[in-house]
Amino acid sequence: MKIRNNIAVSDNGFVFNPASGESFTVNQVGLDILNMLRKGEKQEAIVQELSEKYQADTAVIERDLLDFEAMVKQYHLHQNED
Amino acid sequence: MMTKARYERPLIKKLESNMPNKFGMRTEFEPVTQIDGVSVASLMADYGSPVFVLSEQKIRSKYKAARQAFETRYPRVQFAWSYKTNYLSAVCNVFHQEGSWAEVVSGFEYDKAIRHGVDGANIIFNGPDKTEADLRKAITNNSLIHIDHLDELYMIQEIARETKQKPKVAIRVNMDTGIYPMWDRFGFNYENGQAWDALNKIMFSGLLDLVGLHTHIGTFMLSPNAYAIAASKLANLAQRVQQKYGHEVKYIDMGGGFSSRNTLKGAYLPGTDTNPSIDDFAEAITSALMNSDYRPKTPPLLILETGRALIDEAGYLLGSVIANKRLSDGRRATVLDVGVNLLFTSFWYDHKITPAQEFTSYTEDTVLYGPLCMNIDVVRENISLPLLNKGDKIVIHHVGAYNMTQWMQFITLRPNVVMIDMDGKPHLIRKNESIDSIENLEEIPPHLSHFEL
Repeated sequence: MKIRNNIAVSDNGFVFNPASGESFTVNQVGLDILNMLRKGEKQEAIVQELSEKYQADTAVIERDLLDFEAMVKQYHLHQNED
Repeated sequence: MMTKARYERPLIKKLESNMPNKFGMRTEFEPVTQIDGVSVASLMADYGSPVFVLSEQKIRSKYKAARQAFETRYPRVQFAWSYKTNYLSAVCNVFHQEGSWAEVVSGFEYDKAIRHGVDGANIIFNGPDKTEADLRKAITNNSLIHIDHLDELYMIQEIARETKQKPKVAIRVNMDTGIYPMWDRFGFNYENGQAWDALNKIMFSGLLDLVGLHTHIGTFMLSPNAYAIAASKLANLAQRVQQKYGHEVKYIDMGGGFSSRNTLKGAYLPGTDTNPSIDDFAEAITSALMNSDYRPKTPPLLILETGRALIDEAGYLLGSVIANKRLSDGRRATVLDVGVNLLFTSFWYDHKITPAQEFTSYTEDTVLYGPLCMNIDVVRENISLPLLNKGDKIVIHHVGAYNMTQWMQFITLRPNVVMIDMDGKPHLIRKNESIDSIENLEEIPPHLSHFEL
């Protein structure tokens, strides 16, 4: 999954969608994920990177990542993969 | 080696400034990691999860504050512990040690009070269901019987006639105090003359000793003024009895129903900020009594059957997170090991719930479910909570009233109940149930004892 190019993500976790005018906050782990999604990183790479940075099982990270991605989709921040 | 950062599950939250929503504002800013100096983690390690915890120190301080509120305003005050609110023996005995009488509403509760060592003369027997055997026992023990209906009055008169005893009685009076709903199912109505009629029957019979008048106007009352109206009406009845028969009732029993610090469902503001204090109720009741026209030689004893307001805040329910889920509309759902089977009051209150471990400033709008495989098992429909993970511990506050009597052995078993004493030492006061505690009561007919599948 990749997030849309026009989504603005600030360094302290403020997210703005200019298409809808909606804004969001993300916590640090959420911010890390958004930045990796922007770069087009795949799930396995994101899980790997997070497990190196944070104290958590990869299974837990993977589960939370899936949930986070579902919310990104729900808020229409993702790019449609045609 | 580099230490890894603390992990918090990722969160993305839409900002909805100035938009009111039913989840309300964030309310939890600090974790609750200990109760009366005992760590929540150690309580759960020693007694399991979930576990009810009661603070003896809190019970005594609430009781003392309530007593002071009334005694500074009125010369003769007596509290009677409302057994139905929490009749665990350790709890009752704390109140009895403080000087409370017992207020019971069934033969079972009556026997419990006797077992605790309460003198029969210090037991107030309320309620619509008193069997003939219950009444005979209460009459022999000189207990104070609060008559609920005429059938009971006639039964007591018959026992009195037969046994040549003179039972000590009061009548329960229901009345319009300006609040809705009006509790007119218990006792005799004031406005339509039933109460006066019952008092005349008692006085004319000469068989009973009319010692008091009782009312209990409702539950979780938010209007102290309703108690002022009730006290005036009881005082008026007492005055009429004095005028007509030259007989003085010795006590006015205002019942209970004072609100605790809980927040009722649908309330806009937290109960801690809006509910009246015990001083507000004391001021309303004692002023009304003193301003009434009832002037016996000694002021009538003011009896209070306060339950909830004295015990609710002394009770905590500790539990754990079983799982996190996402509902179809994107809401966060968290499943706890505590459900409505243990937390009956979650049907009435939006209970305050606090994580028992450190958390960050991020919160999530959450639905809290209990562990039961039943749709009704919702602990909080909307709550803004810090991010919880599987295994995290939570503390549910203000659960001391009614939960440990109305809890259900439904799907799961009831857990341990612990009381932390005045020195901060936990004591097990009710053991958790096992499959044996349930099955020992059952019988299987011989023809149903075997099967083949």
